[in-house]
Formats: sequence, C-alpha cells, structure tokens
Amino acid sequence: MWNQRIFEVLMEMDLLQRFEAYVASEKKIEPKDWMPDAYRRTLVRQISQHAHSEVVGMLPEGNWISRAPSLKRKAILMAKVQDEAGHGLYLYSACETLGVRRDDTIRDLHSGKAKYSSIFNYPTLNWADIGAIGWLVDGAAIMNQVPICKCSYGPYARAMVRVCKEESFHQRQGFQIMMTMAGGTAEQKAMAQDALNRWWWPSIMMFGPPDQDSPNSAQSMAWNIKRFSNDELRQKFIDLTVPQADLIGLTVPDADLKWNAETGHYEHGPIDWDEFKRVVAGHGPCNKERLEARRKAWDDGAWVRDAARAHAEKRASRKSDSNTAAA
Amino acid sequence: MNARFEYLLRLGDDALILGQQLGFWTGHGPVLEEDIALTNIGLDQIGQARAWLTLAGKTEETGRDEDHLAFFRDQSEFRNALLCERPNGHFGDTITRQFLFDAYAVALHAGLSTSLDPEIAAIARKSAKESAYHLRHSRAWMVRLGDGTEESRRKIQASVNDLMPYVGDLFHSDDVTREAVSAGWGTDPASLRHPWESTVAEALAEAGLDRPGPGPEQTGGREGKHTEQLSFLLAEMQVLPRTYPDASW
Amino acid sequence: MEHKQWPLWEIFIRSRQGLSHRHVGSLHAADAEMAVENARDVYTRRQEGASIWVVPASAITASSPDEKDVLFDPADDKVYRHPTFYDLPDEVKNM
Repeated sequence: MWNQRIFEVLMEMDLLQRFEAYVASEKKIEPKDWMPDAYRRTLVRQISQHAHSEVVGMLPEGNWISRAPSLKRKAILMAKVQDEAGHGLYLYSACETLGVRRDDTIRDLHSGKAKYSSIFNYPTLNWADIGAIGWLVDGAAIMNQVPICKCSYGPYARAMVRVCKEESFHQRQGFQIMMTMAGGTAEQKAMAQDALNRWWWPSIMMFGPPDQDSPNSAQSMAWNIKRFSNDELRQKFIDLTVPQADLIGLTVPDADLKWNAETGHYEHGPIDWDEFKRVVAGHGPCNKERLEARRKAWDDGAWVRDAARAHAEKRASRKSDSNTAAA
Repeated sequence: MNARFEYLLRLGDDALILGQQLGFWTGHGPVLEEDIALTNIGLDQIGQARAWLTLAGKTEETGRDEDHLAFFRDQSEFRNALLCERPNGHFGDTITRQFLFDAYAVALHAGLSTSLDPEIAAIARKSAKESAYHLRHSRAWMVRLGDGTEESRRKIQASVNDLMPYVGDLFHSDDVTREAVSAGWGTDPASLRHPWESTVAEALAEAGLDRPGPGPEQTGGREGKHTEQLSFLLAEMQVLPRTYPDASW
Repeated sequence: MEHKQWPLWEIFIRSRQGLSHRHVGSLHAADAEMAVENARDVYTRRQEGASIWVVPASAITASSPDEKDVLFDPADDKVYRHPTFYDLPDEVKNM
C-alpha cells in the first residue's frame, strides 16, 4: 500500500517535471492531456474571470446603444458590444474544455464568488465614455490579451486569437469617437476630457497590481499562461497612449507624468491601489448594478431556456415514437 | 405631398424603431447566443433604416440625411406601424412582435424586389435575404415557446393576443400606397395580408397556439398617430443630437 | 431548482468553397436548428463562412492522449512514405 503511494508520488513528480519542460519548450497543452491540478485551477480561474469581464463589460457600453448620436455610431456600437458577447462565449467554451460547465461558471459570477475586471464597475456618463472605453479599456485589454494568444493552453490561445482579431476595430472606433469629440464643439471637447479624466487611472489599473504585489504571476509565467509582467505591460500602454492623447489635444490626468529621455519611457504618478482594492472588493460605483443586471437577464431568461429544452426533448421523443411506429 | 418620400419613411421608420428596440437586448438576453442573434437582427434593421431613410432624404431634396430624419423629427412625424413601437416586454413579447413583422417583411421585400424603381429594388433585394433569416429565427422561437413548457405556452399565447390588434398598419392602403402601386415602384400593403396570414397561421398551428379571432384593430402609425410609448423611445434615442444640434459625432 | 443546461455543440465551418470544414469552437443550443443559427451568428459575423456543420459534443469519440505514443509513434520510422526519402539524379527535373 505504502509502496503504491510512493510510486504514485514519484510518477506525479516525473509527470510534473516533464510537463514543465514541455511547456517551457513553447509546446501546447490540449484539453485531455495530463496537467497539474494547480495549472488547471489557474486556467479555470483566469479564463472564467476573463469571460465574465467580457460579459459584464457589455453593460456599461450597452447603456449607450439607445442614445448613440448617429445611426452609424449606433450600428458600430451594437456590433462592438455584440462582439463582447461572442468573446465571452469563446472563453466560456475554452473553460468548458477544462471540465467546467458554463452554467456553473455563470452561477459563480452571480453569487459573487467569481471576479471580473474592475473597470466595468465604473459608470458611463457621457457619450465620450464610449470613446474612452474603446480607446483606453480595449487598448489596455488588447495589450493584455495579445500575449495570451501564445499561451500554453491550446483552447485558450485559440480563443484569444479570435478575440484579438475582432478587437482590433474596437480600439480604433473608440479613438475615432474621442478624436471627433476632442476636435468638435467646446462642449464635446469638455466631454472628451471628462471621460479621459475618469477612465485613465482605472485603465492603467487594469494591468493588475505592481509586480512585487502580484503573487500568482511567477507561476503563471513559468507555465506560459502569462508572458509579460503587469508593470511591463502597463508601461508599454502608457508609452503608447500618452502621445495619442497629445495628438488629439487632450490632457492625461497625471500631474507627475513626464518623459524620461534616458529610459525612453514615461514616468507616471502614484497609482491609488486602495481604490483598486475597494472596487475589486465590491465597493466600486456600479458593482451592485452590474451584477444585478446580469442576474436579472439570467433569471428572466430561465423560462425561455427551459422552454427551448422542453421543446427539443418533446420533438426528439416524437421523432423516436414515429420511427418506432414506422419500424 | 411627396408620395415617394412618405412611402420610404414608412419603410425606414419601421426598421428604425425595431432596430432601436432590439438594441436594448444586447447584454440582457436569456443566453449569450441569443444576445448575439437579437443584436444581429437589430443591426440588419438599423442597416435597412439607414438605406431607406437616406433614399427618403434624397427624394425629398431638402438636404435631410438619415440622421436628420432619425433624430430631428417629432413623434407625430414618424410613420412606423404601431406594432413596431410596442414595448419589448419579455423575450416572448419581443419575439412575437418580430415574428408578426418578419412575416410581413418577407412578403413586402419580395414585392419590392421587382419595383420599377432600381434604387428601391436594390435595397429590397438586400433586405429580402435579411428578413428571410429573421423570419426563420423568430418563427423557430414561436414554435419552441408555444410547444415548450406550460409557462412558455401561456406567456407566448398572451403575447400573440396582445400584439395581434396592432398589425393593421402593416396592411393599410391610402393615397400614398395607391400612387406607389400605380407608378409601379411600391407594393399594395393590402395585398400582403394574404401571404402574411398564411405564414402566421401555419406557424401558430405548428406552435400549438390559437390565432385570436378578428377583433378591433389599433391603427394610425402611417398617419403619425402613435401610442404613448413612441415619444419616450424617441426622447431617449434623440437626446444627443437634440441637445447639441451643432455637433457632429 | 437545478436547471439542466442546453447541450454543447462543436462547430465546423467551411470558410469558402473548395476548403474542408474546420473546427472553430463550440456553443450551446437546445436543438440542431438553433445550433446552426447560433453558429451563423457567433462564428460567421465577418464573412468567415460558406457552410456550417454542427455536431453534438457528446457524439464525438476522441482518441485518448495516453494512447498518443501507441497511435502515432509507429509512423515515425516509416520515412519511406515521404517523397524526400528518395534520392534522384539531378537530371530528373520534376517527379
């Protein structure tokens, strides 16, 4: 008995070693391959959080579909928010390859057990917010997501390839809204600046806590689930975005922001991580509304889902009855 | 009166109001797949609205474009059928509204595809493919909900009963439509009633739902006489262009 | 009440005539018809499709990764199946 246990542990160690070497050589893991439990758990947590973020992320922008200021903008916004639903769906599917049912994943969101990106707990207050979300939030998301296209878990990587391909118009449409408004009437420019003021800090918080406070990062990097550190990506985002703001005549709301010619990077002011923690803990301006909206959609839809299933079952049994009768 | 302009407004406003209403489902559907499906239909409706309203603006020759027509007309200037402005309600209400409309749109677009007016025919031919798909989607849901559970049957039957009195506008003939028919660029709405009836009757039968008997109908949309719902809908839709009339977006 | 979820379907898309159907992902649908419609809306919004197959995920029998060596390694030493195995004189231009 004892020998058997030792044998299993040794086997497991061997597998783990082989697994880590395999992943380190940039090879992919597929659903039914052996994987360490912690790897599976990390993936389920990350992919489901990601899926929830896409789905909750539909809400703040969805708010403005009815008020889009032109029919073209309305169509673009609908197509964009619809893409987010698609992205949620691809990611829930990737999660399902790890043996987690979508309904259960969704239940964890609704119970508050699962997290989603805090950024969506901020309100969209004027039309420029739609621009700011596309430009900054999607911009930050793309920066986070492109490396995941090479992640070691095949289904996640493939879902991200699709997501990134579709996301590429999202940031552009957002920037175009901002550019138009920044170059528009005085009121429009004020709205654009107001939106940038409110979305800037939450956007740079999207890259997660600073590296020294990010406990899971090292393991995720070793497993090729994560490819760059939070701070690296944040810096890259800031370096790319600040000149874009300058270009359209908007001011990034950071008094300490300055270009460092030596490092070739922007230096930024302190980030209010207390606010970040508050919002993650559920005390952001819209946490309650967002979850309630998701729960309501799910609960209101229950009779529809039940009906479709009942109909499919009835039809299948009618068909098998008629087949039996024919035979 | 510019009959072609009036006629095109009716086509455009039906699509616009439906598209506006379907947009509310994005993010709130019963399942993600259905969010995506309803948004696709909404996008088709907005696309059709843009095409019809652009053509209406050109016809009118006073320089109004699609956005001007969508955002700067008051409710009494809208020409959509009353059916289109009925509230979204629950999923079954939205599906029933869409189904009753799709059954009409398929017949309408088929008719307009042979319009003597090449611009109208071109938009209709593109729209015909879309409405055929919409009908397939809404009809399948009518059957699922009618045949599904006790609860779904009860709900969808109530939706049918509630909405049926509002279909009259779709088949309303007047001077505008008579001119459209005699000039050869439009269809006679009254002639669409028969194909519509048979599509609806067949689907309701398959869904195990009752076709409510003929009763008094609510009409007036084609003349700009609307229900209370429309002005709320427009207030929300038009808020930005009305508040900042000098801005472009 | 514990609700059963809609079945999972695997989706295969032919992106244009002349190519085979390729697995693109999965989705949930109550019935096959709905699966086709959902696949159209989810996976062909950007002109990615000319034809759709939907297959209930439960109907797929997959080889097991444990058998990978047994199934696929024996092909490794059959290099003579590949054209590059054969040396030809340079004079033979195309073969």
